Amino acid sequence: MKKTYITNHHIISALGFDSKSNFDNLLDNNSGIKKHQRADGKEFYSSIIDKEKVNIEFSKIGEKEKFTTLEKMMLLSVNQLLKDSKHKITEKTGLLISTTKGNIDTLAPTSPFYSDKKRAYLSELGNQIQTFFDFKNEAIVLSNACVSGVLAISVAKHLIQTELYDNVVIVSGDLVSEFIISGFESFQAISDKPCKPYSKNRTGITIGEAIASVLVTNNLTKNAKNVVEVIGNASCNDANHISGPSRTGEGLYLSVKSALKEANINAREIDYISAHGTATNYNDEMEAIAFNRLEMETIPLNSLKGFYGHTLGASGLLETIIGIETLHQNKLIANIGFDELGVSKPLNIIQKNTNKKLQIFLKTASGFGGSNTAVILKKISL
Amino acid sequence: MNTKLYIQSYCKIKNNTIFFNGNPVFKDTKAENLKDFLKSTYKHLGLKYGKFFKMDNLSKLAFLASEIIFKETKIDTENENVAIVFSNNASSLETDRKHQMSINDKDNYFPSPAIFVYTLPNIGIGEISIRHQLKSENAFFVFNKYNAEFHYNYEKSLIQTKKADAVLSGWVNVDDDTNYETFMYLVSKNGKLEHNKKQLNKLY
Repeated sequence: MKKTYITNHHIISALGFDSKSNFDNLLDNNSGIKKHQRADGKEFYSSIIDKEKVNIEFSKIGEKEKFTTLEKMMLLSVNQLLKDSKHKITEKTGLLISTTKGNIDTLAPTSPFYSDKKRAYLSELGNQIQTFFDFKNEAIVLSNACVSGVLAISVAKHLIQTELYDNVVIVSGDLVSEFIISGFESFQAISDKPCKPYSKNRTGITIGEAIASVLVTNNLTKNAKNVVEVIGNASCNDANHISGPSRTGEGLYLSVKSALKEANINAREIDYISAHGTATNYNDEMEAIAFNRLEMETIPLNSLKGFYGHTLGASGLLETIIGIETLHQNKLIANIGFDELGVSKPLNIIQKNTNKKLQIFLKTASGFGGSNTAVILKKISL
Repeated sequence: MNTKLYIQSYCKIKNNTIFFNGNPVFKDTKAENLKDFLKSTYKHLGLKYGKFFKMDNLSKLAFLASEIIFKETKIDTENENVAIVFSNNASSLETDRKHQMSINDKDNYFPSPAIFVYTLPNIGIGEISIRHQLKSENAFFVFNKYNAEFHYNYEKSLIQTKKADAVLSGWVNVDDDTNYETFMYLVSKNGKLEHNKKQLNKLY
């Protein structure tokens, strides 16, 4: 069976408009989370992209009034990805979009796109991205809660293995909107401070926004940079509760087990875990239980939510890109916001940036609907 | 490695009528909207499942179609790994609009977690997974219309790469209380209808 690689990547976030500036900011312990004000004056913490800069950058490639905020950012990211990879779109190039809510902000009467009733449909978001770059195939929109960004890598791999495509461009993103904030508030899940994954003092999640895109391919060209091979992937449902994780971490445990089996490695061969770590009580505890059941509690682990907040449909792909850079630069990033362990089982939380030779990492995510996903990526030196 | 796959059974629900393997099995001419029709279908099937009444219309529709398939199809969900892959056009927009209504007016602001949780289209997959204890692969996709080529390839790949023994798959769309449709089917190594793109388009 053909091998599947991630060969190029791009990020837009509060920490920069390319992958490099993002990783450099992480190395300097700079978080994108800042205090922001809502329309009604209420303050909240979030990691938010500079929209003025988005408009300035977008003006160079398109008409800014014609596209929604999310579309402009996705288009900018895919544009740069195609430029960097010099990928020429053919019939064998797929377009995969990972998002939970897409252009949901256009449902608000205050949105400039409010009268365009089709704009809130995720398929329309797909059409906009497809048309802009003249992708030959209809966009595939994946909307599977908070695991979407990681699951997208698995989906791309399936579509390459089954020979529908040779290459898949994945772009992921979600906005911080009143829709999202009000919903998580109604769950009383939002922290009144920047989130503190795995900490004893954690008080819930911080919502953030980001765009992350990657090229997944079976073909290593000379434009490939910091390549990883997707050596294992799996996704297992908890079959337990629609809005809370399993108390035993069953779905996550099964996902990682299955991914390890496919990769044909044992748990000790994983050098680094990029975990989900939303900083809610239940999520972090569930992960600690699952990683202990997997005997992975001594493997260096972090959550990047302290830098970016929970960026929903983008989070898994964003954190995968940071993981790829972590492998290639041999630098483990500290879990910002962590102080004292606040889960019932031991975890090896990365407390300061550390130089270490790294080969293989595990990326996991869990989300509403009982979903869990694991992907194992191996560094390829060209 | 190229195991032959079949569409073991399929269920279509549209215009207040349910078809199983192409034959009409239930019709409710009196139901004025989707909500009423889903309720009468629940009664017709003789179900006793309290969680049903908490679900939004999209989850209820997916849940009921899956009930019909699992009841009428020879499949051992305890020992066979059944993945779930759904797609639609409207994602969870019917419920999204309800959540949006609850936050539009600052003086009448009432967002509810019971609604917000259903503003994700994959929640119905979670409901079916809980009902049948399916700790399996699952994914929810959105397209302009049912995309047989994608479904065929993804279903085939899940089984051939041994991520699943069978796949409960299909189109489950709810745009509003009167515009809805589902075409759900079980892909497995058993059956008579060959699993391919042409067949999926024909049955749809």
